[in-house]
Amino acid sequence: MSPIRPRSRRVKETGPETVLFQRRALAGFILIALCLLVLLGRFAWLQVQQHAEYQGRSEANRIKPRALPPSRGLVYDRNGVLLAENVPSYRLELVPEQAGDIDATLVRLRAVLALSDDELERFGELRQLKRGFESLPLKSPLTEAEVARFAVHRHEFPGVEVVPYLTRYYPMGALFAHVVGYVGRIDAADAGRLADSRYAGTSHIGKTGIERYYEDLLLGQVGYEQVETDAAGRALRVLRRVPPKQGTHVYLSLDARLQQAAVDALEGRSGAAVAIDPRNGEVLALVSMPGFDPNLFVNGISRADYGALTAATDQPLYNRALQGGYEPGSTIKPFIGLAGLELGLRTVTDTTLSTGEYRLAGMPQSWRDWKRGGHGRVDLKEALAQSVNTYFYDLAYDIGVDRLGQYLALFGFGEPTGIDLHGEGRGILPSRAWKQQRFQQPWYPGETVIAGIGQGYWVVTPIQLGSALATLADGSVRRPPRLLMATQDGVNTARTPARIATPVAGFVRDPAHLAAIRAGMVAVMHGPTGTARAFGAGAAFTIAGKSGTAQRVRRREGEEYDERRVAENLRHQALFVAYAPAEAPRIAVAVVVEHGSSGSKAAAPVARQILDAWLLRPEAP
Amino acid sequence: MNWLYLRGALRRWMRRLWRRLPLDLPLTGALLLLAGIGLAVLYSASGGSWSQVGNQAARLALGFMVLLLLSRVPPAILRSWTPWFYIATVGLLLLVTVFGEGRGAHRWLDLGVVRFQPSEFAKLALPMMVAWFLHDRMLPPSWGAMAACAVLIGVPAGLIAEQPDLGTALLVGISGAFVIFLAGLSWWRIGALVGAAAAAAPIAWQYMHEYQRNRIRMFLDPESDPLGNGWNIIQAQIAVGSGGILGKGFEASTQAKLDFLPEHTTDFIFAVFGEEFGLLGVALVVALYLFIIGRGLWIAASARDTYSRLLAGAIAMTFFVYVMVNGGMITGLLPVVGVPMPLISYGGTSAVSLLAGFGVLLSIHAHRRLGAY
Repeated sequence: MSPIRPRSRRVKETGPETVLFQRRALAGFILIALCLLVLLGRFAWLQVQQHAEYQGRSEANRIKPRALPPSRGLVYDRNGVLLAENVPSYRLELVPEQAGDIDATLVRLRAVLALSDDELERFGELRQLKRGFESLPLKSPLTEAEVARFAVHRHEFPGVEVVPYLTRYYPMGALFAHVVGYVGRIDAADAGRLADSRYAGTSHIGKTGIERYYEDLLLGQVGYEQVETDAAGRALRVLRRVPPKQGTHVYLSLDARLQQAAVDALEGRSGAAVAIDPRNGEVLALVSMPGFDPNLFVNGISRADYGALTAATDQPLYNRALQGGYEPGSTIKPFIGLAGLELGLRTVTDTTLSTGEYRLAGMPQSWRDWKRGGHGRVDLKEALAQSVNTYFYDLAYDIGVDRLGQYLALFGFGEPTGIDLHGEGRGILPSRAWKQQRFQQPWYPGETVIAGIGQGYWVVTPIQLGSALATLADGSVRRPPRLLMATQDGVNTARTPARIATPVAGFVRDPAHLAAIRAGMVAVMHGPTGTARAFGAGAAFTIAGKSGTAQRVRRREGEEYDERRVAENLRHQALFVAYAPAEAPRIAVAVVVEHGSSGSKAAAPVARQILDAWLLRPEAP
Repeated sequence: MNWLYLRGALRRWMRRLWRRLPLDLPLTGALLLLAGIGLAVLYSASGGSWSQVGNQAARLALGFMVLLLLSRVPPAILRSWTPWFYIATVGLLLLVTVFGEGRGAHRWLDLGVVRFQPSEFAKLALPMMVAWFLHDRMLPPSWGAMAACAVLIGVPAGLIAEQPDLGTALLVGISGAFVIFLAGLSWWRIGALVGAAAAAAPIAWQYMHEYQRNRIRMFLDPESDPLGNGWNIIQAQIAVGSGGILGKGFEASTQAKLDFLPEHTTDFIFAVFGEEFGLLGVALVVALYLFIIGRGLWIAASARDTYSRLLAGAIAMTFFVYVMVNGGMITGLLPVVGVPMPLISYGGTSAVSLLAGFGVLLSIHAHRRLGAY
């Protein structure tokens, strides 16, 4: 019995109704078939027409490339002593997904390991950026004691792990800080590099020194894996792997023992020392004192350490050897003497009378010799041996400032030497045009006079002085100083000698002129009147040298030097240049000692010790 | 001896059972084949989860038992129960709106022992009711009869839409509409109704939930939010499209295995099938669906009484709606509506109610020669 009773019950004709239904059923079936055909058409469109695109998107979905950073090339000295290496280190990492309550974990972790606020803050930032299954660094590096302490408690911290990694280490510490430089984390300043695919997965980049100059060699080649990932980005398996190629190892021409000897010789005083092999331009030692520990910078220097380094009055971060601007003082005299001979203004035997005072006709001022009463009548050799100012006042005046500048430019003064390091200073080679441009003032004749003894507007850098001296010692061609000696791909392969830069062609007309200069410089060390004869005494080889004392012009370009604030004795810079053996030079040295009393007293012994260390080393020929 | 006796008894029982089960072999076979394909795809899409496959097999077994049971019930009895069944279903739907539970949408009714969705009953109750209402009236139906049908359809469909479960409401409503269509509603009236529905679409938009509106928006432009609301649509199409003509092969769906495709065992399982078996597999399964629908309509056409005809035809045609809505959804032809791919998607209730519907179809087929009553 139905609850809803139809109102009317007429007798139905079933025949037409059946036909009607059958028609409708057929119409329905046809409609359905058409609809399903449309559906199938859509499938066909996706699976045939669009197949390639969706195939690609499906692959892109699941296969993600993952960069495999290469390990950085090592840096050695000429004898294979490691200057920069990659050492295994440990850091603490946390996978948020596995750690459970992270805040509680961090609190408990602090009871086991010291976690600074800095570290926690950095971790907090990373957590915002990264996905839950990614391992985030929490503390690095861990000391061995910390690794051991955590190992005991490891089971209490799921998702927290000690992860080994390679970090740059400079075993020589401060010794090569200014040459080898250091790497640091890639930051905003390296933005251009960040976009570079070669840096995928690499966190560090050469910031200074060799690390920066030979970045491209040391970096190596990034490898990658194609990893199958799920929708959450978890890596499931590696489909393809192209291993990274380790960076090229670099052999420098430096000698660690010589470098150490130079540092020892400076005895903690601020200054710089450059040693070059005149035969090929190889830099044997490049010292700027004081140094600093480059290892501090590798994983981010702490605020306190950086503050201490920048606040120190002796400016340890400042590379004096490359950027330090000094008046050359009397160390320029051999070059001016050679200019006089080469330009035909003097002969080797020409003499000048030193009365203790030099005047220009019609000028009120006078310029002094360092010896009261003068040195008497001196030739070139004696003028160099005794460092007679009057000889060079007169000579410089005869040459004239412009010609002097042109000639000295041949030795590389006034421009960067082209050493394979960034940030080299160019020094100042004064001339009329330079002064007009710099000060909008004409050149005064008196300025030419003092230019003869390396004072006035002169500025040289220690590397310039060393390079110029090497050129003088070799006597034929100028070679840019060079640190890179050889490269090596992989430990077991042969070293590839670095290409030697094309030397600048020789320019000395008469070898007799060079010999005369050399004789004068030998007399400085070994002659009865030589200003540095005390430091030439007892040498196992003949030394050609020249001292210089000068006021410091300024610390670096653009920084004004306030003389009034510096005590008189601190204003003097002691300089010394020397090469040996004088007959066949194998080493040329330029030394600057800041606040030294005089060149011969303060800098000459340093130069002598460097020469001894190199020429008397056990395997020396 | 005992064993021999048992074997003989079993054989006799089987033979008798087969004689008593005048099942339509093509239809039953097609359904079993489809269920088998469904289980195989589920095995792959679930990443080889035997527990999910087992669950689904148990539900399908339950569904086939319901099918067998209903196929033994003569249509005349079904017809006489129809109004009661309808009233009970509407009552349960009302209960759901009051006591229902579920995530976000109230669809489930917990009877302590069983939890079920009364809306699944409506899938059968509604076409039965409309067929019952029209079976002794003059056909094609008059405007008045149609208005009454509209109420009969509108009440349960409205209650289901209110849960909210747009997909089921759509299926339920359409199954009723198919009865009217099969009853011979004239084409111009159908045109008028479709036109009116199109005109009413903006009004429907007003009553939609925000998530439903988002689905429409995403359907129109899935790439506007590729990682959010458009994700499913895009990933499903990537799955299907990357399958190509021959597919990636069984168990080779990366979209499902690597979790890129959400709901890859339920609503989006056919995208996994398309990825693994390609256009060829899809065409075969769609052909199988078309065969089942055609066979259902043939059964309907050969039925003797109006009630059976209308009901059987509506059940067969509603089956098509599942396929079209789900297939359209995973290929981006239609907006995302929660309609499963029949007998392939993981999920018990729809499988059971679908098979129950086919039980009714088989009963109508079995009793076609018994004439009018």
